[in-house]
Amino acid sequence: MWEILQTYWLYYLIGQYPDGPLGGLSLTLVLAALALVLAFPVGIVLALCRLSPYRLLRWPVTAVVFVVRGTPLLMVVFWAYFLLPTLTGHVTDQFNTMLAALVLFDGAYLAEIIRAGIQAIPKGQMESARSLGFDYPRAMRLVILPQALRNMLPSLVNQFVSTIKETSLGYIISLGEVSFVATQINTQLLTRPAEVYLLLALTYFVLCFSLSRFAFWLERRLAAGTSHPGTR
Amino acid sequence: MNSFDVSLLLSGQYHDWLVSGFALSIKLALITLVFALPLALLVAVLRLAPLAMLRAVGVVFVEAIRNVPLLAHMLFWYFGAPEVLPEALKLWLYERNFEAASAVIALVLYTAAYMSEDIRSGIRSIPKEQMEASRALGFSFLGAMRLVILPQALRLTVPPLISQTLSLWKNTSIAMVIGVAELMYQAQQVESASFRGFESFAFATGAYLMISLAITGASAWYHHHHPVRSA
Repeated sequence: MWEILQTYWLYYLIGQYPDGPLGGLSLTLVLAALALVLAFPVGIVLALCRLSPYRLLRWPVTAVVFVVRGTPLLMVVFWAYFLLPTLTGHVTDQFNTMLAALVLFDGAYLAEIIRAGIQAIPKGQMESARSLGFDYPRAMRLVILPQALRNMLPSLVNQFVSTIKETSLGYIISLGEVSFVATQINTQLLTRPAEVYLLLALTYFVLCFSLSRFAFWLERRLAAGTSHPGTR
Repeated sequence: MNSFDVSLLLSGQYHDWLVSGFALSIKLALITLVFALPLALLVAVLRLAPLAMLRAVGVVFVEAIRNVPLLAHMLFWYFGAPEVLPEALKLWLYERNFEAASAVIALVLYTAAYMSEDIRSGIRSIPKEQMEASRALGFSFLGAMRLVILPQALRLTVPPLISQTLSLWKNTSIAMVIGVAELMYQAQQVESASFRGFESFAFATGAYLMISLAITGASAWYHHHHPVRSA
């Protein structure tokens, strides 16, 4: 495994960059980070629609969230790969296809995390904000969301771990992320698949394990910062 | 885009491909469930065992598996693992449905790691006096676990296990990367053979949603008939 790394480490980390598109582990991280950042506002909007008193907003969004959560990510990837070009009229590259699929998929999952986070804030917070003269959007933006997001931080880090794992599906549409690069290295070596794929598993493990430990640490730290558990 | 051609999905060769894929997906999920549940129970009990060594084995199993994407598991079990086997065994394996076997191994390990965490938190929600009282009455750790703790804990564990089953159902789709002819694989085959992507993906999406809806329904039914009792 060590010799494989010695020969291919640069390719494994950045793909063919700068002679070609960015790939490998860097692409995995860029894609995951970008997907989470873009999915976040989508998740907030979907969550607010899910909590909206207006059926016209609540029902269609509930249906969308249910459909996305009820189908495999791979299905969403295929729909994006197949539908985006028909809708926009020009061919979407693998990176943007994967990004669109991840934003939709993670947006639906984040919506449920954010909804739970908002619902965990006592009703009195909204009531007092409203009676102080804030309108609903301002009360949400200035009073509810900041508290809800703070409580959700650990869940968000865990969602980032999931997103990193999800980027591996880019493999199927030949996006040059780290799983795809590992397969290409395997094709060049031919005789050592066990080592190559063990290396791949190890790479994901180091990344995701340290992040999930970080989420755990964050959770304890935030819990310690709250003087009255449950009355927050 | 041409108009939606339903007849393609109702009969003929493409219909048969899609239906056989659907059946294989269900089979994958069921076989995985049969193996993953007892394994998950074993790992959960290991993680709560009185011996630190046994607990460590449980922790390593869960963390090593959960922090690696299912796709990487599949690639490893399909391409990597057979390489270390003796030649004769390898040939024997390749004559059989080796793709499906690797997919099941990966799915079982992945699902069991997640389910064991649900079972463990179910067990941990049983007051520890229950264990102490059973031990004081002369039960061994395993006896107390089997006769006192688990019957109470598993009731609480059913809802999260149902949602893990939903994840498992969706995860079977990843088996297509190693060429298992399940629903997603067949949908793509139909798309590339007929250029009827819209129809074949609509079929697959509908089929995935149908089972997901059934699983969610089962969860709602359970919730209705076995409401959470406060201790």
